[in-house]
Amino acid sequence: MIRRVCALLLRELSVFYFSPIAYVVLFFFLILNGLSFWFAIALLRQGPSELTVVQAFFNTLFFWTAYLFVCPVITMRLFSEEFKLGTVETLMTAPVRDWEVVASKFCAALLFYLTLWLPSLLYFLVFGWLGNRDAVGSGAQLWGPYLLLLLMGAFNISLGCLASSLTSNQIVAAMMALVFILGIFFLTMIDYVVSSASPLFRDITAYVAQIDHMDTFSRGIIDTRPLVFYPTCSALVLLITYHVFQYRRWKA
Amino acid sequence: MSMIKVEHLTKEYAGTVAVKEISFEVDRGEIVGFLGPNGAGKSTTMRILASYLPPTSGRATIAGFDVFTDSLRARMRLGYLAENVPLYHDMRIDEYLRYRGTLKGLAGKKLAMRVGATKELCGLREVGRKKIAGLSKGFRQRVGLAEAMIHEPDLLILDEPTIGLDPNQIRQVRELIRSLGERHTILLSTHILSEVEATCNRVLIINRGKIEASDTPQNLVSQLRTSGLVNLEVKAGNENPSDYLLKIPGVKDVQLEKDGLWRKGWIRIEANSDLREEIFTLAVERKWVIRELSKERATLEDVFVELTHAET
Repeated sequence: MIRRVCALLLRELSVFYFSPIAYVVLFFFLILNGLSFWFAIALLRQGPSELTVVQAFFNTLFFWTAYLFVCPVITMRLFSEEFKLGTVETLMTAPVRDWEVVASKFCAALLFYLTLWLPSLLYFLVFGWLGNRDAVGSGAQLWGPYLLLLLMGAFNISLGCLASSLTSNQIVAAMMALVFILGIFFLTMIDYVVSSASPLFRDITAYVAQIDHMDTFSRGIIDTRPLVFYPTCSALVLLITYHVFQYRRWKA
Repeated sequence: MSMIKVEHLTKEYAGTVAVKEISFEVDRGEIVGFLGPNGAGKSTTMRILASYLPPTSGRATIAGFDVFTDSLRARMRLGYLAENVPLYHDMRIDEYLRYRGTLKGLAGKKLAMRVGATKELCGLREVGRKKIAGLSKGFRQRVGLAEAMIHEPDLLILDEPTIGLDPNQIRQVRELIRSLGERHTILLSTHILSEVEATCNRVLIINRGKIEASDTPQNLVSQLRTSGLVNLEVKAGNENPSDYLLKIPGVKDVQLEKDGLWRKGWIRIEANSDLREEIFTLAVERKWVIRELSKERATLEDVFVELTHAET
């Protein structure tokens, strides 16, 4: 079973790393990251600031744009392409379990997502190494945001998997995933727009307040609520994906 | 022990019944041709056997393992070639075969050996480095076949293995199937009936979700219920041979057309009878000259048409 899952995972990873599209994604992603970093530095140059460069980086518009738009692009082809090409039939008549397929696709996408963030980590390490150790912040201040990126990313990727399993069209899958991800991201914004929002609503949306979470984590505070919330939600969405995948194959 | 055992299998899709209560068995070592018009339920049955679709009711086992409740073990014993051979276009042939081999539980030396052996068998040895996207239909079919048998399964289920191939390739694939039949049990569906006559020990004919016939091609042909035909080409002067021929007991219909001095056409006679002798005697009596007198040999195609054409 382990060997089988490894084979599935390697196959999915090789699609990411051997396809030119992945490098196009990486290219634009790096441009946005570079801009975020540049703006973070620019902010710090304006004068003395309490912010670390990490905090500044993870609060720019460019960072959030890159973060929100990258997951649908990564996940759009995962399931929809199998349905489109009909390869789901060859795949599922091999001795593999449905959950093994779902899990390997999810993990491959997550690994690719994580490699996209590696260059930005390099910025901070080089920045710290070049002299200004304080501006980068302490250990938790540097690693906290990356931990959160992993958690929130896993959730977004699971949403992308669900969207991809719902359709045979990659573009539709990407659009759907974007709607899911943006919908959850902007849920907290309702508080600002609707003044009469109840405190209960505010409490609930606080769980998915991704900007607030990032603010907390980039200050070096590891809040346990997102630590539990995002993995649970990811698992739930993946469970739904598993059932959708099985249902569509059985309906064929 | 039978390789495939299907009992009262039914498959319904939202409102329509694709397969209705079918039962059949395939023994180890048999090559069985699965025939039927488009939409008769061939692919559905094969997909259920390959554990791709769950049956609505009924049971099917592969080598004793239930395809639904013990699906993984059933799938281990089975190589499946889907209709239209879906493949990953971005992979190379070698890469694809290695990947599929690993999924089916092969590893290390065994995997390398099987990849080599199946490539050799399917004529892919020279092209292993090629990308699947650039392959012709014939080569894709071969890759699909190589993939299906990479783990040396007991049973091969091939859904239209020769569709879209040119006559030479069809012949090659047919040879391949026949040679595989020595070691594997094979269930294959096709529309090319001569292929079945050439390769299969047994024929299953399915129509509108029901099994209509299950026998050797020879038996099916000999049991054909429709009446036989006799071809006749005769020179009868001014007489009209039809008048005399219809008087022979057993002749049902005569259709002769004038072609210069000759009359050419067919005589429909009762099934399982041979009236050539009577026709010849008549011709001698009337002093006709016969240029052709032959019995039309019934083919599997006639059986197929008779069983599947009715009341549409």
